[in-house]
Amino acid sequence: MSASRTLPPKTLFEIYRTALKIQLIDEKVRGLLMSGRMAAVFYSPRGQEILAAAMSANLQPTDYLVTTYRGVHDQVAKGIPLKQLFAEYYGKVTGTCKGKGGPMHITYPKAGIMVTTGVVGAGLPIANGLALASQLKGDGRVTVVTFGDGASNIGAFHESLNMASLWKLPVIFLCQNNGYGECTKYEKATAVANIADRASSYSMRGVTVDGNDAHAMYEATREAVERARNGEGPTLLEAKTFRFMGHYFGDPGAYIPKEEYAAALARDPMPKCRAQVLQSGAATEADLEALAKQINAEIDEALQFALDSVPPDVSEIDVDIFADGAHV
Amino acid sequence: MTSASDTQKTISFTDAYRIALDESMALDDSVIMLGEDIADEEGGGVFKVTKGLSTKYGRHRVRTTPISEEAIVGAAVGAALAGMRPIAEIMLMNFVTVAMDQIVNHAAKLRFMSGGQTSVPLTIRTRTGAGGGTAGQHSDMLEAWFAHVAGMKVVVPSSPADAIGLLAGCIFDDDPCLFIEDGMTRTLQGPAPPPNHRLPLGKANVLRAGTDVSLISYGRPIQDAKVIADNLAKEGVSVEIVDLRTVSPLDTETVLRSVAKTRRAVIAHEAPRSFGVGAEVAAHIQEHLFSDLKAPVLRVASRDVPVPFTKVLEQEFLYKRSAMEAAIRKTLDANGAGVRLAR
Repeated sequence: MSASRTLPPKTLFEIYRTALKIQLIDEKVRGLLMSGRMAAVFYSPRGQEILAAAMSANLQPTDYLVTTYRGVHDQVAKGIPLKQLFAEYYGKVTGTCKGKGGPMHITYPKAGIMVTTGVVGAGLPIANGLALASQLKGDGRVTVVTFGDGASNIGAFHESLNMASLWKLPVIFLCQNNGYGECTKYEKATAVANIADRASSYSMRGVTVDGNDAHAMYEATREAVERARNGEGPTLLEAKTFRFMGHYFGDPGAYIPKEEYAAALARDPMPKCRAQVLQSGAATEADLEALAKQINAEIDEALQFALDSVPPDVSEIDVDIFADGAHV
Repeated sequence: MTSASDTQKTISFTDAYRIALDESMALDDSVIMLGEDIADEEGGGVFKVTKGLSTKYGRHRVRTTPISEEAIVGAAVGAALAGMRPIAEIMLMNFVTVAMDQIVNHAAKLRFMSGGQTSVPLTIRTRTGAGGGTAGQHSDMLEAWFAHVAGMKVVVPSSPADAIGLLAGCIFDDDPCLFIEDGMTRTLQGPAPPPNHRLPLGKANVLRAGTDVSLISYGRPIQDAKVIADNLAKEGVSVEIVDLRTVSPLDTETVLRSVAKTRRAVIAHEAPRSFGVGAEVAAHIQEHLFSDLKAPVLRVASRDVPVPFTKVLEQEFLYKRSAMEAAIRKTLDANGAGVRLAR
């Protein structure tokens, strides 16, 4: 794992602010689901907030993101507007995708969020294409594609890493290794100790980092983004982390040993980062409480916007099939 | 003295594909190609369709790829999302199955699932066709699979001129298109169209006007249809040939207009009969023209078995010109038919 360096307090605080936003959105959504006030499939990112926030601190709004169904942390970090996000969760016409994609398929090109796929591993080949377009146009954008440890066992992962390395594409393969592929423990499904070890098969730079450590994660993504932007090719960046809420919302997670869960909880990235922020002097307890309040107000406003919005007109079913609207 | 038609330039299907690619790349820098062996150093593709193009436009635009169909199509999807007009060459249609997730779950659906925020102006060129002894993993016509997925356009040309127009149509279309090239007729010659020929997608072509029966087809069997129509004309039977050109979206309007006139229909395709395009076309006809029909709508297709290797079985598998003609005669002989053929 790469060494953890000390971040400037302002950067650390920015990362925490984004991570806190992710955490509070996740809390809100789970609360809504639990109380029956929202009906949607949801894959909680609880525990993976810091890695997404630290990644995005190194990205421009124009950079591309391809993520997965467990992707709300990536999307928020990349700058998705909360009103459209919540409206999409509620299937409203004001949602990012007019209610046609839902939580597993959030798309918002204005913030560079090009694809959220519901198919494990499917984002990697697409990310290569986005990066290829940037390389050909010389537009200086980088593409980040995020996926879980389980995705590294699907063929698309291997085809994509080979192609990206061969063509020196400006792409970062960010594996969020949370220890479980669906309900199967990492060691029972993956033959290598670290996902990043697989990079060597494709003459690619592979880096394993503590995804729960803001400093290490920031530094690792900074380096990978810089290399990609400078034409030095792709990186397979493995961020070790943990997901606290199981695979899907409602997953009791009985397959996770109690001791393992307790140990992971002791490494929860959020309290750790909060302590670092306070220690750095970037914010006081009162500042952070005010921040949480401000974010919660923004979330409540977004939720109200979603609730006040209407579903799409049924005529929308024939729209967006083809560009010209032609449809049998 | 020679007439204009004697001096008109002819081209093969292979020439046609190359001309369409060449003209499209010259017109628009965002047109790029990805595929196995397609650059000149690798021979310009196994079927030589792309020969000369990497030399002319550079290897950055005509990109030889690893043998990685999913990565090829996926990269083309991503490049299309970023505003390019990529053409992915998948050597053979059976290999397209390796990239199904990218085609079915992504290329076809991203426009809809993003609420129209993104589009995938992608063309997948692929080749197939039985008759060359390449058996069950190199010969299948799978167009019905893709026609069944909303958001995909499926195009099959029947002449070199149409091949240019339709391939250019696919490349400059803003939706994902699957363009199917027939391997058996690749050297067949036809008149060359004027430069930058482009045809609209989703429009069928009444190739030959007739009054007694509509023969609806696309791709290779159109060659058979033309011979049959000539033969039957000598017997006083007027066959109207409708070339679908685009299998999906299906031009039901042209099909129904033709059958409303002739009141008899035979549908022919190379793909196996069951759950095929013929069933779809027949369903449309009976839904709209049931009481006008003078005979049941008939289908002529290949057998519902894997494509065999050995000649005698492969020929038994394939649709037959004789069966197409027999089907037409059957519709004409059906109860209430107004036409009786001389025997």
